[in-house]
Amino acid sequence: MRWMNRRPRHVWPWAIAPFIALICIYAVGSCVRLSENAGDKLMPGGFTLFQTWYAMAFELDARSGVYRFWQDTLVSLVRLGLGLTIAAGCSLALGVGLGVLPLARATFGSAVTAASMVPALAVLPILFIVFGVGEVSKVALIVIGTLPCMVRDLAQRVREIPEEQWIKAQTLGASTLQFTLRVVLPQILPRLIDSLRLSLGPAWLFLISGEAISATSGLGYRIFLVRRYLAMDVILPYVFWITLLAFLLDRVLLRVRARRYAWIDAEQA
Amino acid sequence: MTSVSLRGVWHEYGDKVVLENVHLDLPVHSFCAIAGPSGCGKSTLLRLILAQEQPSRGTITIDGAPRPDEPQADRGVVFQRYSVFPHLSVRANVMLGLELERAPWLGRLFGAARRQARAEADVFLEAVGLADDGDRFPHALSGGMRQRLSIAQALIRRPKVLLLDEAFAALDRGTRDSIHELVLRLWAETRMTVIMVTHDLQEGFRLATRLVVLDKVRRDPHAPDRFGATVTYDLKLDRERRDPRLRLALERELATQERNMPPKLRSAAAL
Repeated sequence: MRWMNRRPRHVWPWAIAPFIALICIYAVGSCVRLSENAGDKLMPGGFTLFQTWYAMAFELDARSGVYRFWQDTLVSLVRLGLGLTIAAGCSLALGVGLGVLPLARATFGSAVTAASMVPALAVLPILFIVFGVGEVSKVALIVIGTLPCMVRDLAQRVREIPEEQWIKAQTLGASTLQFTLRVVLPQILPRLIDSLRLSLGPAWLFLISGEAISATSGLGYRIFLVRRYLAMDVILPYVFWITLLAFLLDRVLLRVRARRYAWIDAEQA
Repeated sequence: MTSVSLRGVWHEYGDKVVLENVHLDLPVHSFCAIAGPSGCGKSTLLRLILAQEQPSRGTITIDGAPRPDEPQADRGVVFQRYSVFPHLSVRANVMLGLELERAPWLGRLFGAARRQARAEADVFLEAVGLADDGDRFPHALSGGMRQRLSIAQALIRRPKVLLLDEAFAALDRGTRDSIHELVLRLWAETRMTVIMVTHDLQEGFRLATRLVVLDKVRRDPHAPDRFGATVTYDLKLDRERRDPRLRLALERELATQERNMPPKLRSAAAL
């Protein structure tokens, strides 16, 4: 049988294989290093990782009086959520406006394209100068980093609504506002979710960068702080946790889309 | 009284002339089929009447008044594809016209007004045979049901003119026959004028009171876009509709016309 036609009977044993391989490689590497030097910090053993994580998650930090792990998680998720919510709201308004109105497109189309080319991290110093080093500049970084691409994407999605629908709505007497509210918005909301899912990666990137440079708490702050002490036993659980959070967020968005907008996949099938 | 009137209409895209000097007067409650070889500008003519595009020269009037430069509720349309809204249920698709009319800001009705619109929509769904499918979504409908839905959706605003753009071309024979009956019945029950673009002459003969054939009368073999199509046949079928001799004669004539086309056009027309 050709390789292109060979299919697994169940996907999951194949899918977990790389993860198991990764864990095995790490375990072997860790064992080898620790047997040579019991004080090795680069590849701590599984028990050490768990112990450190447990201490950070379930023992009150003496100095700050909080559970550091959960505090970091909460602070980071609030920043991320705020940034993405603002970006989603603004991109919906701007994207639909640009997509529906030729005059808006003519005026702001090139500006949005240019804005999406600006590397957001290069703007970060400006944000620190303007908004100070507090929460605002970190949220602003996420917004600035994700907004222009989302606007472009949504405007393009609006343009992809078949011309027949634009004409049909007008022959049913729709005004511009009515057309936007009844035809464009409901069809573009699932696209907004797609756009948000694609923006999750960059949003995490900007969040961690912002926190690494200036913060007093947060997931990114913590891993960059303990880097100085080569504390891999903290960094590794944090990286794993951030990955898990990103994955879960993506899944939640996917689930919402499938629940609320069943028609769209059926339409494309 | 004329319903739709075209006076010396030309349509050009840059150097390409699509339609030249089209004159057409359709009385109220006529049923006009527009036929012709592929690429002759049938659909362009429909888009001009719809105001999806503007003529390069000439005037178009609806009920004696100049046609506004954008689509309005007085001209309904059924396209071959993408004619219904995929995010709305069957009933909501039909209600939409009423909601847009009665809720000028949001385009959405609530409470008693909504129930009223719902009841009116159900009458139209009943008329097109979709009474039991109100809660389904367009993706769950067959091609024929979708086109029925699109017709009901277009008719709920009671347009003066209904435009059909190859609306039944993608349907199989049996479905098309039943939809033809539906269209004839709805046309007879209302005072509207129907303009139907079709590449199927049989369909034109079967439904229309008037058959208009578009074709190029002048050709420049070195510059195929130099001349546009115009009305080459304009038959009133009211009485002759059932006269098989006339029908055969016209079909023969159109067949020779297609044979005389350049090979490229002919193969396109055969599609």
